[in-house]
Amino acid sequence: MSTRLAQGGRRIDRRKSVEFRFNGKRLKGYEGDTLASALLANDQMMVGRSFKYHRPRGIVASGAEEPNALFNTGEGATFEPNQRATTTEIFAGLEAKSQNHWPSLEFDIGAVNAKLSRFLPAGFYYKTFMFPRFAWKHLYEPFIRQSAGLGRAPEAEDRDGDTYEHFYGFFDVVVIGGGVAGLQAAKAAGEAGAKVLVMEQTAQWGGRAAVDGGEVDGAPVADYIAATVAALEAMENVTLRRRMMGAGVYDHGYLLAYERLRDHCPDEAGPRHRLWRIRAGRIVTATGAIERPLSFAGNDIPGVMLASAVRDYIVDYGVSPGDRVVVVTNNDDAYRTAIAVKEAGLSVPVIVDARVGGGGALADQARALGIRVETGKGIAKVHGTKRVEGVAICAQAGEGAVLDEVGCDVVAMSGGWSPVVHLWSHCGGKLNWDEAQACFRPDGNRPPTDQDGEGFVLPAGAANGELGLGAGLTDADAAGKRAADETGHKPGRGKAPVAADVDEAALEPVWLMPQGAGAKLRMKAWLDYQNDVKVSDVQLAAREGYESVEHTKRYTTLGMATDQGKLSNINGLAILSDALGQPIPQTGTTTFRPPYTPISMGAIAGEARAEIFQPLRRTPMHDWHEANGAHWEPVGQWRRPYCYPKTGESHAAAVAREVMATRESLGLLDASTLGKLIVKGPDAGRFLDMLYTNMMSTLKPGKCRYGLMCSENGFLIDDGVVARLDDDTFLCHTTTGGAERIHAHMEEWLQTEWWDWKVYVANVTEQYAQIAVVGPNARKVLEKLSEDDLSAEGFPFMAWKDVTLNRIKTRVYRISFSGELSYEISVPASEGRALWNMLLEAGDEYGATPYGTEALHVMRAEKGFIMIGDETDGTVIPQDLGLHWAISKKKEDFLGKRAQERSHMTDPKRWKLVGLETVDGSVIPDGAYAVADGTNANGQRNVQGRVTSTYFSPTLGRGIAMGLVLNGPDRMGEVISFPGTDGKTYDAKIVDPVFYDKDGEKQNV
Amino acid sequence: MRRYSAFAVAREAARYHTGWERAWRSPEPKKKYDVIIVGAGGHGLATAFYLGKNFGITNVAILEKGWLGGGNTGRNTTIIRSNYLQDPSAAIYEKARSLYETMSQDLNYNVMFSPRGVLMLAQTEHEVRGYQRTAHANMLQGVETEFVSPQRVKELVPIISLSGPRYPVLGGLWQARGGTGRHDAVAWGYARACSDMGMDIIQQCEVTAVRKEGGKVVGVDTTKGAIDCDKLGIVVAGHSGVLAEMAGFRLPIESVALQALVSEPIKPCMDIVVMANTVHGYMSQSDKGEMVIGGGADGYNNYTQRGSFHHIEETVRALIETFPMISRLKMLRQWGGIVDMTGDRSPILSKTPVENVFINCGWGTGGFKAIPGSGWGMAELMAKGQSSLTEEFGLNRFREGRFVDESVAAGVAH
Ligand SMILES: Cc1cc2nc3c(=O)[nH]c(=O)nc-3n(C[C@H](O)[C@H](O)[C@H](O)COP(=O)(O)OP(=O)(O)OC[C@H]3O[C@@H](n4cnc5c(N)ncnc54)[C@H](O)[C@@H]3O)c2cc1C
Repeated sequence: MSTRLAQGGRRIDRRKSVEFRFNGKRLKGYEGDTLASALLANDQMMVGRSFKYHRPRGIVASGAEEPNALFNTGEGATFEPNQRATTTEIFAGLEAKSQNHWPSLEFDIGAVNAKLSRFLPAGFYYKTFMFPRFAWKHLYEPFIRQSAGLGRAPEAEDRDGDTYEHFYGFFDVVVIGGGVAGLQAAKAAGEAGAKVLVMEQTAQWGGRAAVDGGEVDGAPVADYIAATVAALEAMENVTLRRRMMGAGVYDHGYLLAYERLRDHCPDEAGPRHRLWRIRAGRIVTATGAIERPLSFAGNDIPGVMLASAVRDYIVDYGVSPGDRVVVVTNNDDAYRTAIAVKEAGLSVPVIVDARVGGGGALADQARALGIRVETGKGIAKVHGTKRVEGVAICAQAGEGAVLDEVGCDVVAMSGGWSPVVHLWSHCGGKLNWDEAQACFRPDGNRPPTDQDGEGFVLPAGAANGELGLGAGLTDADAAGKRAADETGHKPGRGKAPVAADVDEAALEPVWLMPQGAGAKLRMKAWLDYQNDVKVSDVQLAAREGYESVEHTKRYTTLGMATDQGKLSNINGLAILSDALGQPIPQTGTTTFRPPYTPISMGAIAGEARAEIFQPLRRTPMHDWHEANGAHWEPVGQWRRPYCYPKTGESHAAAVAREVMATRESLGLLDASTLGKLIVKGPDAGRFLDMLYTNMMSTLKPGKCRYGLMCSENGFLIDDGVVARLDDDTFLCHTTTGGAERIHAHMEEWLQTEWWDWKVYVANVTEQYAQIAVVGPNARKVLEKLSEDDLSAEGFPFMAWKDVTLNRIKTRVYRISFSGELSYEISVPASEGRALWNMLLEAGDEYGATPYGTEALHVMRAEKGFIMIGDETDGTVIPQDLGLHWAISKKKEDFLGKRAQERSHMTDPKRWKLVGLETVDGSVIPDGAYAVADGTNANGQRNVQGRVTSTYFSPTLGRGIAMGLVLNGPDRMGEVISFPGTDGKTYDAKIVDPVFYDKDGEKQNV
Repeated sequence: MRRYSAFAVAREAARYHTGWERAWRSPEPKKKYDVIIVGAGGHGLATAFYLGKNFGITNVAILEKGWLGGGNTGRNTTIIRSNYLQDPSAAIYEKARSLYETMSQDLNYNVMFSPRGVLMLAQTEHEVRGYQRTAHANMLQGVETEFVSPQRVKELVPIISLSGPRYPVLGGLWQARGGTGRHDAVAWGYARACSDMGMDIIQQCEVTAVRKEGGKVVGVDTTKGAIDCDKLGIVVAGHSGVLAEMAGFRLPIESVALQALVSEPIKPCMDIVVMANTVHGYMSQSDKGEMVIGGGADGYNNYTQRGSFHHIEETVRALIETFPMISRLKMLRQWGGIVDMTGDRSPILSKTPVENVFINCGWGTGGFKAIPGSGWGMAELMAKGQSSLTEEFGLNRFREGRFVDESVAAGVAH
């Protein structure tokens, strides 16, 4: 059984006991425990079920590489699936539940899959489930889906109770990993004066070295760690962060890091996670190495663990994973585990060393402790189902004939170590195969390169393949100095600390145990514990021609589980290489992708959620609208009132009321969202002549002109009224949605084509509030408020003027988008609300009615005015809309001119704008198409036009529409049919698009 | 080719699966082929498949610089739908969708086409009108699609938040017969079928030059030597510009990174595909349980299959807004592919200025769904010189201004 030892445990505080729950059971651990160590302390070795076969799964590892120990934790606002027990620190009240089983962890129906596993090899689903055809959707897929997935899904209405934040960081040197290598690299860089950040994903500094022991500069390594951390903390230019993981390395020295602030103390205030977006001059990856499992039959049974993890649990947490630990290895390091087990007072029945020559100094030490060592041997098979009961020992060189049976409850395995090269590789760092250590390690000559073509990532220590303590420190010291040097700091002369490395015998690669294991054993030798990929699966993939490592991965799902193959990838590709008869480096690795370990979606999103998901832009009158019952419509990041329904009034009724009030007396529109771009400079006129289809340079100060803007492809992209403020200055109105786009469009042309023209553009949309005062009584209201001459002669249509309204200085444009007498009044945003109130009050006697976007749309449609986004969709040219009058024939050039001369643009068959009047007065549905006879070559119904805007016109009391129709303007009076998706057909007569006040008398009074 | 079936699996189980044959051969290139297809992505393989199946042209080589299916075909988020706006698009995507329905049987390879339905959310009035237009167009194009109410949206996808404070859901365009497929399997299934017809799929074989004589193609140079051909099909997605340059013409294509990501796997909670174009994100749940997530393309041209993290942030943010319950899930992996974007967001399936060189590209962010239809049309174009499916997608449309603009319909064209 696994249990808490009477002594030991560097990381735990035995004075502070912590209560938590596992599958409803109340259990105790200590502060400093991970969920994994605390479970082991409570004899909970089996912790879950695997993905495909629902095999019992136990804790294998002690860190981020753990594939099995994943739990649902929390409830409701704190619920989280797939929490890795080895990296979850326990806290009082933690609730953890095991996953992927039904009805319970011990008895799981899905485990029947394991019995059928022979029929379910890699990729079986590509070969089956095809008949009958409809069964995939209705039978097979639902079944597969139901059995897939690991953790429980949050409930549909669960809402995350936590907050998250983003940080920006700028450092000369960022060191990822707070083991001895990372600390030394940080120290070396810090002493050189570089601005340094060093981060460690766990709660403690020092990494593995403290567990593995050894001496640095003649003192225990623990002392070195404490002293170095203290030294770093004393340096002002160094920032230290624990519980922070380097998640991803991106182009140009961009680094993503993930800090877990409150996962271990959820009751404290503040954000749960913090995502750091860092620009680093140099990144030092001191991310250590991960031990590899060995592939033997039954290596997935709970109780089979990484040798280093067994050691970690004993030394770090004072927990023994079992009483009798068989160690199996191909290298010397695992002997450390045997020694640690023995020193903890537990038994090591045998060390099975696959190497005929056995180990070096550590092996001698083990033997001296009285441990039986078998060399040249392997494990033929592990006995047990939910817990290891023993092992069968065989010759490594053979086929698995059993030589001996040994009882045990833990198997501690080591297949050697693989440097953590993920972060090195994310942005293109290349790897070399190290024959001696049988691992990939960073190729210092092919680093990821930055914007200057320089390598910007420096691997250090074990992450660089320097696995010994002394060699690692030397390497890290050099990396830290180099990083400082390359970011312009003079490294100090201090020497690297000295540590003697134990003399270790060479590792011998063992990819399969025993070497000649037959089909039966290979089907029981696991590579990927979570996804249930076995040696036989990879061999099958190779046999079937899935030879690329990416094909094998995808065919077998090797390395695609939540650990992303941290334990399985190298073993899998060694098996693949063997099957293909090619060296491992030729097979290569799959691509390393961020993040290093999974990061929360909440952290990725950061603060920008709910109301502040995107900036909410408010006009100065926003609060008034809100208080007066506006029904909002999002328009870009703005919100505009769609209409202002009174209590009990439908939206349609409100719109009709607003239209009628405006047409008959007085309406007020908050037009502040309209884009306002100032274009200024001696070349402003010339510039606008290029941007607009019509001539702007001839516009006189004091006048307004409606203009059209096209893309280079000739399509109409925006429209609006341009006012010339003075000789050098124009104010261009754009559509609400177009302001930013058109601003950028102008900048793009100015910066890339006409950079030598003397023009500036400024987007002043938010600097001004704008109110349209509209209707037959508009002038009367303004006259009440002003001394200025507002008469038809003194202030004609399409002019603008500075007007003082009751002491507020305004600029008034006499323009109209409704066909009514209309003034658009512009004031600094700070005066907007005051002006609005003033106009409401002054207009009261005329029944001043605020109207929303829908009334605006209806009124412009009644007048046959086009709306960008309705009549246009990026495929429409001004000529289609009968806007020839706004296209200059005099100008040599303007954006879109040449495009509009292309054959398809001048094709007489282009659909043209017309008005449409339904025969029965009904409203044609939005987006309906007019059908023509027959079908095209692809069997689609022929069409001859479509509706672009369609409304019920309160003014006319009937449905009106605008549309683009084949030869439309030549077919006045003809009736065409629009079938609706509602099953009805709408017959409409082609008419002039101006439905109301055709001669423009109302707006010109 | 030995057929796949449950019986075959059972038979093989008895001998520990040692009897399976290769899914596709791995031949050395011949001196000459009738047709060479460059690029063993979905579109290249499907083109070859229908050349053989519909036109009996089987002396075909498909040359792939890496591993087959390793381009965008193996990196996409597998949304399959055909409710496009413009007639030519709806025609080719609907052809593709209908071919997906029988693809597993046609190829004897389970591509797991899952017609679970695709829903595109309308979150502004403008979007509502846009989708209503698409629904009307689709009705006349013979594409089954429907504009649905917010209540129906909630029924279809209970984890959605209809009343997100910024962009409440106003409805959606629902194509019940759209869905997803297993991307790798599509490539593998076609490869197996092509190989079975006698075609040579040659991996690790990069085309480095296009050889011409008198304005006509005669072959290609590759990292495995020179290979002759009568006709050449270039089907290389993000690298189309590079190949076109080799052949001596230019393309109106920009190559940008498009990224995607998956969460850790969880039990089923989302049965359909949802696209939220106003906020720029879409999501579905794979059969393994991962939430599969994507968004908009990066804003600058590049050839690295990475991309910038800002886009991931924007996408995830958009989806937490739409599906708040995913906030505590974790991102497992992110990746990118190089997508080939045209100005009108429609593909190019076309003859080229070089005689007997044909090009199929420009599928941009949304070509997985088109694979079988594209292959069908492209094969016809290559075999007969014309096809009603590809007619409107010729290169000359850019010169004439005859665009097939799909950006009209949706901000995100997956
Ligand atoms: C992240 C992402 C998400 C997407 N999501 C969707 C989606 O949900 N739905 C959808 O419909 N579409 C989606 N797409 C788009 C879709 O993936 C592509 O449109 C489609 O896969 C393109 O297929 P292809 O065969 O044209 O290209 P690819 O699959 O890229 O194939 C081109 C092949 O050409 C090879 N090649 C290049 N140069 C050479 C050379 N010189 N010699 C030989 N071979 C060469 C490449 O190696 C590659 O294998 C997505 C794309 C990405 C990147």
